[in-house]
Amino acid sequence: MRYWKTLALLPLGFALGGCNLVVLAPSGDVAAQQRDLVIIATVLMLLIVVPVMVATAMIAWRYRQSNQAATYTPDWDHSTQLELLIWAAPLLIIICLGAVTWMGTHLLDPYRTLGRISADRAVTPQDKPLEVNVVALDWKWLFIYPEYGVASLNELAAPVNRPLDFRITSSSVMNSFYIPALAGQIYAMPGMQSRLHAVINKPGVYRGFSANYSGAGFSGMRFAFHGLSDAEFSSWVEKAKASGNQLGKPEYLTLERPSANEPVRYYASVDSDLFRAILNMCVETGKMCMSEMMAIDARGGMGMAGISNTLPLAYDKFAGRGAVFGAEPSFVAGGVCLPGDQVTRMAEDSSPTVLAPLDWTPLQGRGLDRPGLMRPSKASFIPLPTSKSNS
Amino acid sequence: MTIAAGTMKAGEPVFYVVDEHDHPEGSSTMLGFWIYLMSDCLIFAILFAVYGVLGAKYAAGPAPKDLFDLSLVAVNTSFLLLSSLTYGFAMLSMQQNRLGAMQGWLVITGLFGLAFLGIELTEFAHMIHEGATPQRSAFLSSFFTLVGTHGLHVTFGLVWLVTLMVQVKRFGLIEANRRRLVCLSLFWHFLDVIWIGVFTFVYLMGMLR
Amino acid sequence: MFDTANLTKLIFGRLTLESLPLHEPIIVGTFAMVALGGLALFGALTYFRLWGYLWKEWFTTVDHKRIGIMYMVLGIVMLLRGFADALMMRLQQAIAFNGSEGYLNSHHYDQVFTAHGVIMIFFVAMPLVTGLMNYVVPLQIGARDVSFPFLNNFSFWMTTSGAVLVMCSLFVGEFARTGWLAYPPLSNLSYSPDVGVDYYIWALQVAGVGTLLSGVNLICTIVKMRAPGMTMMKMPVFTWTSLCTNVLIVASFPVLTAVLALLSLDRYVGTNFFTNDFGGDPMMYVNLIWIWGHPEVYILILPAFGIFSEVTSTFSGKRLFGYTSMVYATVVITILSYLVWLHHFFTMGSGASVNSFFGITTMIISIPTGAKMFNWLFTMYRGRIRFELPMMWTVAFMLTFVIGGMTGVLLAVPPADFVLHNSLFLVAHFHNVIIGGVLFGLFAGIAYWFPKAFGFKLDPFWGKMSFWFWTVGFYFAFMPLYVLGLMGVTRRLRTFDDPSLQIWFIIAGIGAFMILLGIASFLIQIAVSVLRREQLVDTTGDPWDARTLEWATSSPPPAYNFAFTPVIHDNDAWWDMKRRFYARPLTGFKAIHMPSNTGTGVILAGLSTTMAFGLIWYMWWMAAGSFVALLAVAIGHTFNYHRSFHIPADEVVSVERARTELLAAGAKS
Repeated sequence: MRYWKTLALLPLGFALGGCNLVVLAPSGDVAAQQRDLVIIATVLMLLIVVPVMVATAMIAWRYRQSNQAATYTPDWDHSTQLELLIWAAPLLIIICLGAVTWMGTHLLDPYRTLGRISADRAVTPQDKPLEVNVVALDWKWLFIYPEYGVASLNELAAPVNRPLDFRITSSSVMNSFYIPALAGQIYAMPGMQSRLHAVINKPGVYRGFSANYSGAGFSGMRFAFHGLSDAEFSSWVEKAKASGNQLGKPEYLTLERPSANEPVRYYASVDSDLFRAILNMCVETGKMCMSEMMAIDARGGMGMAGISNTLPLAYDKFAGRGAVFGAEPSFVAGGVCLPGDQVTRMAEDSSPTVLAPLDWTPLQGRGLDRPGLMRPSKASFIPLPTSKSNS
Repeated sequence: MTIAAGTMKAGEPVFYVVDEHDHPEGSSTMLGFWIYLMSDCLIFAILFAVYGVLGAKYAAGPAPKDLFDLSLVAVNTSFLLLSSLTYGFAMLSMQQNRLGAMQGWLVITGLFGLAFLGIELTEFAHMIHEGATPQRSAFLSSFFTLVGTHGLHVTFGLVWLVTLMVQVKRFGLIEANRRRLVCLSLFWHFLDVIWIGVFTFVYLMGMLR
Repeated sequence: MFDTANLTKLIFGRLTLESLPLHEPIIVGTFAMVALGGLALFGALTYFRLWGYLWKEWFTTVDHKRIGIMYMVLGIVMLLRGFADALMMRLQQAIAFNGSEGYLNSHHYDQVFTAHGVIMIFFVAMPLVTGLMNYVVPLQIGARDVSFPFLNNFSFWMTTSGAVLVMCSLFVGEFARTGWLAYPPLSNLSYSPDVGVDYYIWALQVAGVGTLLSGVNLICTIVKMRAPGMTMMKMPVFTWTSLCTNVLIVASFPVLTAVLALLSLDRYVGTNFFTNDFGGDPMMYVNLIWIWGHPEVYILILPAFGIFSEVTSTFSGKRLFGYTSMVYATVVITILSYLVWLHHFFTMGSGASVNSFFGITTMIISIPTGAKMFNWLFTMYRGRIRFELPMMWTVAFMLTFVIGGMTGVLLAVPPADFVLHNSLFLVAHFHNVIIGGVLFGLFAGIAYWFPKAFGFKLDPFWGKMSFWFWTVGFYFAFMPLYVLGLMGVTRRLRTFDDPSLQIWFIIAGIGAFMILLGIASFLIQIAVSVLRREQLVDTTGDPWDARTLEWATSSPPPAYNFAFTPVIHDNDAWWDMKRRFYARPLTGFKAIHMPSNTGTGVILAGLSTTMAFGLIWYMWWMAAGSFVALLAVAIGHTFNYHRSFHIPADEVVSVERARTELLAAGAKS
């Protein structure tokens, strides 16, 4: 296999001597296995593609009109053996490729925990995965390290040869979390959690970015991924701790506002509930979490009592969901809206009320134009205190 | 014609139609209309699928059992089924060339259709009045869209029905009008079939959920 | 009682002076040029008194041949716009390095790449494909017109109406900034509050009606109107692929209509289909749109496969190898194209089993496609290949398409897709199949059938210039993107931070410039051919010594196509007729029953445009008024029962006599 790989890469190697084909030369084991699949699939297909291309050129040349020496059989249009061959040849290749695909897809499922650190090292119980919570914001990346209670913006660090367990979501629109040197990408979707297991084998600084267009600041949605030795990683965590920045829910709501090309930032402490709240779209006080909503729905909804309980659910915000024919979102949560456990949870919650900032105009990041015709939001989504007292 | 035929000796292949008649106009209409109906069916299939995905997303709001009035829907359903029956009678009258009877049956069909729409709109108005608007939850969005799209089709069918009645009155039961009546008949029965799907899938199964 | 502001809002909706891009010098300049060009054209048409001619002979025509030609003109005009977008992107990406912002801000750049995708698929590839099918299919099956001639005219104008709306967005307001499939939540009102997405929705909805109806029309035509003797397995392969394409259209465009309708309900009414909150599910949109989107790819490529089959067989002077397996391959592709949509978003995290199922179904499609490739190869084998322009495009296609097919199967392996999805590798892949497959096929088809449509061949010199600029330009423009994709560069980026990438973008830019020369050569080719039409004239009606029925009639064919309906005995009907010394009938002509022209299609499509414009800008009076008028005109049209006339026998006789003389003159010289 290695021999084939080298052979397949040879012509490319000549042509592209200078440039960094990170997809073909990654530094993480998952990406390396994906690279192997790319190469196996390519070689399998070249088995048929190269002969076809050569045959095309040869036949086109040999049977040109001016070559009267060539045989000419104007009525020959069928040959059972040839027909069998032309269906069977691609079929055989696809059978091989299909088998490879089936196995590869299951082995390299991003949701599957890692079985090996690298080609020659299996994962042992000592290799405790490092959990990183990833949030795609407009237009920057937030990385939360629950194990260390720190977070970073637009910079990701991880120790080499330690399994990484990413849990990924987004705050508003769809993005894709991609570090080519580490592993394949996976979508980051609002209100949903996707997962990625990976490991980085070589120390170094790698590029990460969003691979799914997400709006005006998309091009600047880049971050550096640092593969560090254990000691370096500890000092990286210390550096974050030393920054003194707090990331609680109010800070998050400010951070979440659209901005582009944000500089790297570290957070010494992070609200331990923050990622769960982001994922469930209930960072703001008074918002019903998705998980609660889904639990209520699973029990058959809240009946007519919940009918005007729309404020705790409203999330998409920048234009105030001001559909022309739609009712303006109602801001008064009427009646008995919340099930008992929710009420008690909120009543016992002594933390200060977290309100979204009043001004929803996008922040002006470095190099980010003010979107030309952005309509001012019709309504600002400030939860009125009534939403709590009414319940 | 005869000359053209004369140039061909017996046993030689014929390469063109010697004795040609005009193609009857509208010979492909039935096929075309069927294909259109199937494409329309696909739109409904998507709306059903969407309802299947979103039908239980109540967003902590009301569920089918809080909103639907099955007896009203049953009456509604019977109106639409009866309208299909009366349209069938209209078609039978057409085949017997009984123009007056046909128009009468068409009027009855139209009235049933109107009654169906009236009840549906009442149901919608009631729900919206209670606050169960299409904006309230994904379930309600998909409910209103699926049932409303069917209602729009019925409305369109009624406009078509009236147009055709005027045309039959003015031009009589000519071939073109017969063809159009058959097309509308297909359309009308098609809406019936869709409604049976709506009734079962949305209302009956909704109440069971 | 209204104050002025309210009144203005009532009349103009959300259209204000600010919506006009008066502060954008590039757009104002473009507008000035378009306006000047338009004025010049308008003046010329008025001066030469051509309006009446255009209206009577072209705009209101129900002749499938003229409608086909109008589709082609539309496609070529829109190609210029779509390609201008491509050049702008290439330039931006070639210069936006080392901290440079390039020359387009994100507001513009994001519109440009969205418009490029939408225009190239919906308003270039679709009209060109539909145009060729419209022109060729009735001739190939020996019919006098399509099943529903008025519908055909209406379909064309609806497609045009969609194109008009897209062009309108350039000068009034803006286009979507979402990517060509407008995924929510980004395309929802909350994140795209402007008119861009509304332009997108209504342009596609209006054009979609046209596409769907034209699909119904062509299916009926092929099923019902074949000449006697032409069983399904004796249909020319282009007709077969057209049939499959139209089945795909009818079975997939309703999905697009439905999903866009749901998106517009979200945007206009505030429903929750694709919202983040209230139980909406944006990922459902992604699924639904690709259930349409993947068959769409085959809608484009299948007719191209048909063209290559016709061209290969004609220019190799041989029967098509493996006709039966060709037909089965086409049908298998048609069916399989519905089972692969999820491969467009393996990275959503659907789970390994689902992903590998869709990956493997995708690979299976490559089996019939591979079989087709071999069939063409064996058709050339032991032939006498004449390398005329259509055949050159075909060979270029065969060499190029296999690369695109290979990268496509590569992307169908989910773990490989994880590293290549949304990268420039993907962009290179689909341009490789769409340019190398669809566009090369269309150029082959244009060069092949042009003499049929106009009575003279295209100029070979400029055709070869166009061919070489296009093919070489293609490789220069897209091979660097494969490399960039392997370097981990994603698509739709406006600025870059890694200077080592720049050289590849510059090469790609050079390639794009060569393609520009290719397009220019193509236009020059048409102009030169028109000027040299005397030398390039085709008097025989069969300039290529071809095999199918469309070559049995004159070039250009008379309005009625065939004086007598042909009778078919063989797959290659015309070849068979020629070989068995078919004698053209010279007498016995009868009057021919033909559909009459009507302006209703133009009016309905015009009203659809104003309705859409009203809806886009919230000018409710305009939308409602247009809708009522639309209904009234449509109903009024059904009161017209006299939609056909007879071409008198005398006229048929004189047309056929002229042809006899031309043939005789041609035989003598």
